[in-house]
Amino acid sequence: MAGTKEIRTQIKSIQNTRKITKAMEMVAASKMRKAQENMQATRPYLDKIRVVISNLSKAHPEYVHPFMVERTVKRVGLILVTTDRGLCGGLNVNLFRHVLRTMQGWSESNVEIDVCAIGSKGVAFVKRGAFNPVAEITGLGDRPRFVKVQGAVKTLLDSFEAGKLDEVWVARNEFVNSMTQKPNLVRVLPITPEAVTAQQHHWDYIYEPESKDVLDLLLKRFVAASVHQATVENVACEMSARRIAMKNATDNAGDLIGSLKLKYNKARQAAITQEIAEIVSGAAAVG
Amino acid sequence: MAITVRVDIVSADHAVMGGEATFVVVPTKMGELGITPRHTQLLSELKAGEVRVTDAKGVVSLFFVSGGVIEVQPHAITILADSALREEDARALEMIEEEARLKALESRIEIGTRETDYFRLRGAVEAEERLKWIEGIRGSARHSSQ
Repeated sequence: MAGTKEIRTQIKSIQNTRKITKAMEMVAASKMRKAQENMQATRPYLDKIRVVISNLSKAHPEYVHPFMVERTVKRVGLILVTTDRGLCGGLNVNLFRHVLRTMQGWSESNVEIDVCAIGSKGVAFVKRGAFNPVAEITGLGDRPRFVKVQGAVKTLLDSFEAGKLDEVWVARNEFVNSMTQKPNLVRVLPITPEAVTAQQHHWDYIYEPESKDVLDLLLKRFVAASVHQATVENVACEMSARRIAMKNATDNAGDLIGSLKLKYNKARQAAITQEIAEIVSGAAAVG
Repeated sequence: MAITVRVDIVSADHAVMGGEATFVVVPTKMGELGITPRHTQLLSELKAGEVRVTDAKGVVSLFFVSGGVIEVQPHAITILADSALREEDARALEMIEEEARLKALESRIEIGTRETDYFRLRGAVEAEERLKWIEGIRGSARHSSQ
């Protein structure tokens, strides 16, 4: 009977694990739906603000905001959007790999990097590496609030305004569909709307109260909205990645249980056969 | 048919309204501003307050915005609100909950005057305005029913 008991406990424990992964899969699936709706809901704001900014670039403003001016790059700010929790497949790791490649390029051209990490995984990553962390946010939850993002982004915006940073980038996962998430890096500062092709007639906005104040507010909102959208999208990515990861884990557990059951039955069968052989040979010896 | 202008009100977490209007009133930093179709281009900062949109039939819809930016183009008005509330949604809200929310916000302000608290402070001011506005529209509803 050697082994059957061990195999039985092994099967039990894998069954328990399967129950957990199955439950996590279902939780992630329902959260994914909500996160996707949330992502759709925040999109109009960013779309509209983008329209306003592209209108702005067509106008001929008397005042050019520092956020819209390109500078030679000596120091960049990086906003790294990650998840708070693991067990979501290669989502964060893929992003880190992608970011590291870009960072290497920056380091080679002697560009220094300030990192603002969003999400515990990103914070841990920044601490492991030799980066310069400037801000961090964790615990945004399943519905990241705009105001919370604004606070962290402000530090980077301030250093950009003060001329300490020459570019600000956001690294995040792009939600392609529920099966695919693509890590990417986008530049949010300076803001360069698509180049104006045809020279339209000269017009400019009336600004109230002051062009500087209004533009400042508008552009800051734009950056914050971009980052907010990234965090919201990242939640959708996290949930779909976790759903897939947990589905795979559940399937694997099923396979394992199958093969262990086969092994268990074989062992049991062998034990019975052996017992019968012993009895038969015993009877033969007596008879 | 009356001349109309396209109005979009979006807040950070959802699109609040999109439609045609003949007249729009918004609370800007400099005071209330009434906009009719074909207004010249304008960019302005909003403060917490009431937005009134009159549609082609003359029906006025009310919204509360907690600040943001308004962009006016001759044929389109875009209101980028930090947060916005529809009149019908406001009526459905539980007053007690709103008051509790405001109290919670106010109690958190006293912690300090660090820079991050600026957002909290502003949030509380806006929440107070919001509460006042909700009370206001409910008050006017009571009057009209009498």
